[in-house]
Amino acid sequence: MAHAHADHHDDHDHHGPDKGIMRWIKTTNHKDLGTLYLFFAFTMFFIGGMMSLVIRAELFQPGLQFVHPEFFNQMTTMHALVMIFGGVMPGFVGLANWMVPMQVGCSDLALPRINNWGFWLLPAAFTLLLSTLFLPGGAPAGGWTMYPPLVLQTGDAFPFLIFAVHLMGISSITGAINIVVTILNMRAPGMTLLKMPLFVWTWLITAYLLIAVMPVLAGAVTMLLTDKYFATSFFTASGGGDPVMFQHIFWFFGHPEVYIMILPAFGIVSTIIPTFARKRLFGYDSMVYATASIAFLSFIVWAHHMFTVGMPLAAELFFMFATMLIAVPTGVKVFNWVATMWRGSMTFETPMLFAIAFVFLFTIGGFSGLMLALTPVDFLYHDTYFVVAHFHYVLVPGAVFSIIAAVYYWIPKWTGRMYNESLGKLHFWLSAIFINVTFFPQHFAGLAGMQRRVPDYAVQFLDFNVWSSVGAFVFFFAQFIFIYNMLACCYGWGGRKRDLTDRVWEGATGLEWTVPSPAPYHTFEDQPQIGDDGEPVKVKATKTAKAH
Amino acid sequence: MLKRLQAAVMGSAVLGLLNTTAASAYLDTSNGWNLPTGATDIGAEVFSLHMWMFWICTVIGIGVFGTMMYSIIRHRKSLGAKSASFHHSTAVEIVWTALPFAILIAIAIPAAGTLIKMEDTRDADITIKVTGYQWMWEYEYLGEDVRFFSRLKQDANEARQLKSGIDVHQVENYLVDVDRPLMIPVGKKVRFLITSNDVIHAWWVSDLTVKKDAIPGYINEAWTNAKVPGTYRGVCAELCGRDHGFMPIVVEAVPQDEFDAWLAEQKGSSSDTADVAGTPKTVTVDESAATEVAAAGSPAVAADDAAEGAEEAADAEAPAETDLDALMASGETVYTRNCAACHQAAGTGLPPNFPSLVGSAVVTGDADAQVMQILKGKGMMPPFANLSDADIAAVVTYTRNSWGNDSGVVQPADVAALR
Amino acid sequence: MATAAPNKDRYFVPAPSAWPFMMTIGLAILVLGVSNYLESKSFGTIPMLAGLALVIYIVFRWFGGVISESERGEYGKQVDMTYRWSMGWFIFSEVMFFGAFFGALFYARTLSLPWLSGAGEKIETNLQIWPGFEAVWPSNGPAALGGDFQTIPAFDVPLINTLILLTSGVTITLSHHALKEDKRLPAILWMWATVALGVLFLYFQVEEYIHAYRDLNLTMGSGIYGSTFFMLTGFHGMHVTLGTIMLIVIALRLMKGHFKPDSHFGYEGVAWYWHFVDVVWLGLFVVVYWL
Ligand code: HEA
Ligand code: HEA
Ligand code: HEC
Ligand code: CUA
Ligand SMILES: [Cu+2]
Repeated sequence: MAHAHADHHDDHDHHGPDKGIMRWIKTTNHKDLGTLYLFFAFTMFFIGGMMSLVIRAELFQPGLQFVHPEFFNQMTTMHALVMIFGGVMPGFVGLANWMVPMQVGCSDLALPRINNWGFWLLPAAFTLLLSTLFLPGGAPAGGWTMYPPLVLQTGDAFPFLIFAVHLMGISSITGAINIVVTILNMRAPGMTLLKMPLFVWTWLITAYLLIAVMPVLAGAVTMLLTDKYFATSFFTASGGGDPVMFQHIFWFFGHPEVYIMILPAFGIVSTIIPTFARKRLFGYDSMVYATASIAFLSFIVWAHHMFTVGMPLAAELFFMFATMLIAVPTGVKVFNWVATMWRGSMTFETPMLFAIAFVFLFTIGGFSGLMLALTPVDFLYHDTYFVVAHFHYVLVPGAVFSIIAAVYYWIPKWTGRMYNESLGKLHFWLSAIFINVTFFPQHFAGLAGMQRRVPDYAVQFLDFNVWSSVGAFVFFFAQFIFIYNMLACCYGWGGRKRDLTDRVWEGATGLEWTVPSPAPYHTFEDQPQIGDDGEPVKVKATKTAKAH
Repeated sequence: MLKRLQAAVMGSAVLGLLNTTAASAYLDTSNGWNLPTGATDIGAEVFSLHMWMFWICTVIGIGVFGTMMYSIIRHRKSLGAKSASFHHSTAVEIVWTALPFAILIAIAIPAAGTLIKMEDTRDADITIKVTGYQWMWEYEYLGEDVRFFSRLKQDANEARQLKSGIDVHQVENYLVDVDRPLMIPVGKKVRFLITSNDVIHAWWVSDLTVKKDAIPGYINEAWTNAKVPGTYRGVCAELCGRDHGFMPIVVEAVPQDEFDAWLAEQKGSSSDTADVAGTPKTVTVDESAATEVAAAGSPAVAADDAAEGAEEAADAEAPAETDLDALMASGETVYTRNCAACHQAAGTGLPPNFPSLVGSAVVTGDADAQVMQILKGKGMMPPFANLSDADIAAVVTYTRNSWGNDSGVVQPADVAALR
Repeated sequence: MATAAPNKDRYFVPAPSAWPFMMTIGLAILVLGVSNYLESKSFGTIPMLAGLALVIYIVFRWFGGVISESERGEYGKQVDMTYRWSMGWFIFSEVMFFGAFFGALFYARTLSLPWLSGAGEKIETNLQIWPGFEAVWPSNGPAALGGDFQTIPAFDVPLINTLILLTSGVTITLSHHALKEDKRLPAILWMWATVALGVLFLYFQVEEYIHAYRDLNLTMGSGIYGSTFFMLTGFHGMHVTLGTIMLIVIALRLMKGHFKPDSHFGYEGVAWYWHFVDVVWLGLFVVVYWL
């Protein structure tokens, strides 16, 4: 990715990039920033992955072998924060940076300088957050959900946690505004809303969710801050507050947040499956409506994370019904994907393999989600490894697989070089098998009574945990194949040639496939015209080194 | 090691068919890899809801994945498949929207029914107040004047220390056994009033189909009705800090007459006078004194007043002066139970998180300041105000006169004065 | 820098810029300082001030650049739309931020306080833990945190403040109409009038806080009432401060001859923001002071 557009440095008439490190610091180019986002996400995935290995190593056997309970809790907390706010979200924003302008046919994102700011806030936020590991008292250890009063027992790390969340929030909001505005304001003439590619649609709705809920999270953590340092009592009963109030505010953010992590994935899968099935996406309109319904419903289900906090019966019933309802639009999506494959003409390149695995494994995660939605049974599932299994199924073979699939799918367009298909397949099979080895047994552990967020467990859970740990280690190391494969594309290792056609994939559709591979530094200076059939009427992409 | 791995591989391979881990299952009514069927009627209902949902998902899954596998196998380009051109069908889409909807309603109705029953805590035969502490539980039989703490059993507590060198497989009921279990009568509706003293905990016993969060300052209600006598185990289910994984719950359901006898015996022991040994019994005395005062005391701002009242009551009973040896002896017990986890048996702590007490400025400095720190906690150190004056005096004295420290004696009266 | 001549048909793509990165550095230093101040109170103040100064400096330089681009006429119609959409969504995010605090107030009044006094299924909470506590508003909770306090009556200074803000909404609109008719002097004067009203509002607000702390014993520590009162009015006050600064910039720009009668989004964006601050206040007046 890094040197993808090295050839276009002669693009000087229209302020090409600076040289060296300053290029990355000062860049306002959506492709550069997309690349930065993706590298950042990549780094965070590995830091978060390493933390999960500490967790899995300690849980390999009962008894404490490697770390203190306090440090274990720090790992759990940081693992989740790093993966969610540092891995998945920036990963999706990076993809949006790269692809949204290319897919809607415009020159760049709407607010390029804000885009740069949004990116650079992330390294700052995570430097703050990760530095707490070296503070006396260590990193935050109250879980990523930061429930008071426990989180108020955090030591020096506490304000770092809060401010890191603030900075991430600003970053997400600026990024989201940028994407919304680009989509609403800068589409190529003729591209009506219902002609937009699905990745663009899902991101539009995701961005809306982000703008709506990130400020709420900022508010919640601000209340934590004032409760700790300024004597307020939002979350203290003796002053008339309620610790549970935090949970309501948090999950009002938190549940839409989990859809923020899956809607772009839906968009990616809806792009990849038609390409490799060589068949138009089934039920485009219903896909759009389903996405919108999921987003809407996501605002009224938050308390399903809190069934055990002692809510009034009516609230428990309401949140149970609303939560179950989400299965309907999500089901529509799954069925549409299957119908797209039905009687297609399929090939199974790596992106397609990951997309298919996504459909399988996300659905399994969705099923367990639906089981969790049944309030009376959730009383037994809640805070056990059954929940851990549920959300890793939707997050790892869900969100993360979709990012991996997207990178495989678009990297030829970014770098102009094809990745190594055999290594891709090897990576896929190792990932797909060992992700199940890791997380499937956790369902059983949870049902049989193993609670979450513990460094040690009763000996009867040994088998499940051995499996889980072995799976986690193999999965983690399998990702190095992926890194190698992608870096090889970026840097042209192993004599990889830039000999790809514009379209790259036989069945690919969309504007991004009408420009050269690699895509020029500024894609569409002059916007293409979209015809009634959704295809571009004429394409005037900036050709390399063409003066204006 | 290798052998265990093999066993795990073998064991898990047959997991779906055979019940391999049942022998060691701590949930009485679980086969070791599925939810417990429960020792209560509600538990059976919940179990069947769980299985129903599971089978619905399985059937839908078979349909979806089956169709998908079929196209993957048959509709591939390498087999010469040509792609069809359909991309829309209103009829099909209506069906696959309506059908899941109907299925969900069919399962939501019985689920709502069960939920309504679970939330009905009226007409209980007996009420027990459960209070979570970092990291133990306190049980109080309301109106019975019986009250005690329950924590992780000592052998497990030793084995679970980092690199303890103890094989945890040799510890019976590792991590799921306590020093004093909660007793309940079989076949009676037992209501639990669940609350917390510090952070949020959750009281969870799967076999009894109860999991409720313990929220400081609020009381949640739950109930159970165990149909079968037995020992039912659970754990704290809400992250509550460092030792969240080490605050188990054990409930023994016994026939009514056995229960009555047990309860009577507890009341007897409650009237013992305080000794300084720092055993749970001492705590019982102090705490039940607190109840009495609270019950009789001013209604307004109860918690604080009651706590103060309790102190006075406890003071009246506590011996005026205790000699160094007695303090040191009971101090060691208190220390091992409460402090050693962080500050280690030899007082060396685990820097940088947990400071060493050997020659520490606080321990060698002003005694009152140290007592205050233990009463109120500081940073990651939890408050220990739940300990009796005698215990605190003992443990402070112990830390001030062990491991080479030599900085004087603290008496229970000193602690009481500082509360 | 952009060498290409301004082309109104093409979307303006800015040159690389170091400001955003510097802004991040400034913010990082700022929060590092605040963190240090809060936890150990040791060396926090210096980085705090340095970070803040850096941030303010950069905001002025960055926006200064944007203003000159705008004045050079580099922004076409589409860029104008971009700013409109962006400002709209930004204000929406602010609404959600305030929503969290309004939500907390609502929760405390309709749920947690009644529960503490034994409403609904929480009867035992009252009997066992907080006997005798009755939910009334205002409340500092069953333990009467912070001690007895008095509240600020709605139909006193807050009412005056309401009128001030409402009037400022009128003056800014008058200014806007004047600008649209290209009557510069009234536009400038009405804008300064708006600024003056903003400052007046802030003055009263500060007086009110001093009064609350000194005479009424109403503090942030006054239980849930003090918490919600100060957080809501405080964050609102911060927004008024920011809005007033932006109004001053706009007034100065008007005096420098910026903006055209038919194109002045910089102006309008600030006006939107001011109206938003106004509306939040109305909400505050009703639910914080009055009800
Ligand atoms: C990408 C993230 C993601 C996604 C998409 C989901 C999707 C869903 N989640 Fe999940 N969830 C999380 C991430 C996610 N979740 C996380 C991170 C947590 C834990 C947080 C924490 O505590 O730390 C969590 C926890 C969580 C809980 C709380 C558990 C507890 O703590 O006790 C619940 C309870 O209702 C729940 C439910 C659901 C449901 C109903 C869906 C639905 O959207 C799923 C819908 C999909 C399907 C159902 C499959 C496809 C549908 C069909 C094939 C149609 C037909 C099917 C039927 C009619 C059966 N989730
Ligand atoms: C997106 C989120 C995400 C991801 C990816 C993961 C990934 C993993 N998680 Fe995580 N986990 C959470 C979110 C996530 N988790 C959350 C929210 C919690 C709850 C925390 C709490 O209780 O507070 C949790 C908790 C949690 C626990 C429970 C801890 C406890 O309760 O104490 C465990 C235990 O096994 C675990 C294990 C793992 C493992 C082995 C992986 C492995 O899959 C890790 C290996 C993954 C990688 C190495 C990344 C690979 C990705 C790429 C290669 C993508 C490339 C990227 C680009 C091209 C940009 N996780
Ligand atoms: C959860 C872990 C934990 C437990 C249990 C614990 N402490 Fe501590 N203790 C700490 C921490 C952390 C500190 C440092 C607090 C700080 O300075 O922020 C500390 C500090 C102290 C200090 C001051 C040491 C110094 O030099 O600053 C003393 C004395 C002390 N503890 C005594 C005790 C005694 C006595 C007990 C048992 C009744 C106990 N502690 C139980 C964690 C614990
Ligand atoms: Cu107590 Cu977890
Ligand atoms: Cu959710």
